[in-house]
Amino acid sequence: MHAIEKILARAAGKDGVKTGEIVSCKIDFAEINDLYLQTVYSFNEMGGKNVWDKDKIAFVFDHYSPAPTIKTAQIHKEMRGFAKEQGLKNHFDINTGVCHQVMPEAGLIWPGMVLVATDSHTTTHGAFGAFGTGIGATEMATVMMSGELWFRVPEIINIEINGKLQPGVLAKDVILHVLGKLKADIAVYKAIEFSGTYIEETDVACRMTICNMAVEMGAKTAYMKPNDKVFKYISERTDKKYIIDETDDDFEYAEKYVFNIDDLSPQIAVPHSVDNAFPIEEVDKVKVNQAFIGSCTGGRLEDIEEAVKILIGKKINTDTRLLIIPASTEVYKKAIKLGYVEALLDAGATFSSPGCGPCLGTHQGLLAPGEVCITATNRNFPGRMGSTEASIYLASPATVAASALIGEIKDPRELVRGSI
Amino acid sequence: MNKVLKGKAFVFGNNIDTDQIYPGRYLELVKPDEIAKHCLEGADPEFASKAAKGDVVVSGTNFGCGSSREHAVITLLNAGVSVILADSFARIFYRNSINLALPLMVCKGISKKVSNGDCLEVNLEEGIIINKSTGEKIQGEKISEYAMEIIKSGGIKPLFRKKFGDK
Repeated sequence: MHAIEKILARAAGKDGVKTGEIVSCKIDFAEINDLYLQTVYSFNEMGGKNVWDKDKIAFVFDHYSPAPTIKTAQIHKEMRGFAKEQGLKNHFDINTGVCHQVMPEAGLIWPGMVLVATDSHTTTHGAFGAFGTGIGATEMATVMMSGELWFRVPEIINIEINGKLQPGVLAKDVILHVLGKLKADIAVYKAIEFSGTYIEETDVACRMTICNMAVEMGAKTAYMKPNDKVFKYISERTDKKYIIDETDDDFEYAEKYVFNIDDLSPQIAVPHSVDNAFPIEEVDKVKVNQAFIGSCTGGRLEDIEEAVKILIGKKINTDTRLLIIPASTEVYKKAIKLGYVEALLDAGATFSSPGCGPCLGTHQGLLAPGEVCITATNRNFPGRMGSTEASIYLASPATVAASALIGEIKDPRELVRGSI
Repeated sequence: MNKVLKGKAFVFGNNIDTDQIYPGRYLELVKPDEIAKHCLEGADPEFASKAAKGDVVVSGTNFGCGSSREHAVITLLNAGVSVILADSFARIFYRNSINLALPLMVCKGISKKVSNGDCLEVNLEEGIIINKSTGEKIQGEKISEYAMEIIKSGGIKPLFRKKFGDK
């Protein structure tokens, strides 16, 4: 069996599972973000009284944090009330950050667990060797009542990534390159395991960025075998005992792809699809109105650091806005302590409080018709960040920072100083 | 639920994501009739005003990709869409649709066999689509028994109310 299958089998109380089988799994943790007051409504409509386990459910206020409208303030108010009334042990209000960042930081993610969240980017937690998948609001209400959910045991695709990146080329470029080659529906209903020398050696932040965007290939879940950096990260945050599942040598993958990234160029996904990804050399150097570094994909300390490497002591283009939203308060505090925030403010950046920001087009820096945004986030669909007539280019935080500096799409390799 | 659904086809392309089905800027809305007003706005701003009760959405591959937002199903349901036929569906959308009892069927090649405005007859239990405008009979993939049971019950809510309600 594959490690993913062993996780599902354990959660289903079975010795083994096979591809295509439907299994009912016990859920280790369930997270609901602030887009989904519907979860509470569905829970009530189904006659729910008490949640199945108040230690295993948390609300995270990230998509609307802080509330931009009266309606969203009301959503927060009702969700806060429910959390309090049910006595939920963990609650992450507007002062915390994006769910996929705050959960690992709070020690709620570990190898071998089954995690569901009302967010498609729950694949992120494959970085830790967890089974994480996104579900809808009403389905989440059934989990809140029963603590279980059925899954179809998925086919598993292996994407092997070998090599070392050049300075100025980042994990985001790796996943955009893979998406550009394999396309947005390669893994619909399937799981992806990322392996290879790059994955084995790389740090937690890079692993999270890659697993995060597995959902853009349609994947149900992503998986990476945890490495020493993962074990260190987890041991600093929880003393939870966990099991590390090993994939059996005779396991047969549904599909297998191999990439070498030694000579990879920075990648750009041009409007309006995530898989429209090309090496930066092949992309028109259009003028950029807004550059954005943030979200569950590109708002970690390492991402902000890449921007500092390029922008320290410089000023961004006067026709470009650079928006930076740390993925969490922990990230924000570290960035302040290290002097990153001051360096970027001096360069002309605008900071907003931790959360999803304009990534999904609700607030904090939307786009007007005809505007161009280059962003370290995950989706460039029409209307994703505001007007349907705006254009969104997906890129690494380094490319975003370089583009903010020059005022048009710019290859960061020519600007990286190497160290801060 | 009617065994045979009839309606006019609205045909869309591949990778119709949930931001096109229901743009993020309307996620704060909670009333179904308000949510319905923005149905498929990102793909066709006129859709909500053109669509009538019973209409059929036909699409290419990976319909409903992107965000997990349940609003994408709520808007289609309340705009009057009776069934969605696509070459393939994104996983979370598929589950949300079954859970809220909006029928949907995988039918490879459907987006090439149907034109905008064609009149379709869809037999869910048999997995058969008849294009009344061209006379073509198209075989789709039957919905699994498990999912069909949820749809027939009117969605996961009535099922759960019976099983777990008041606990």
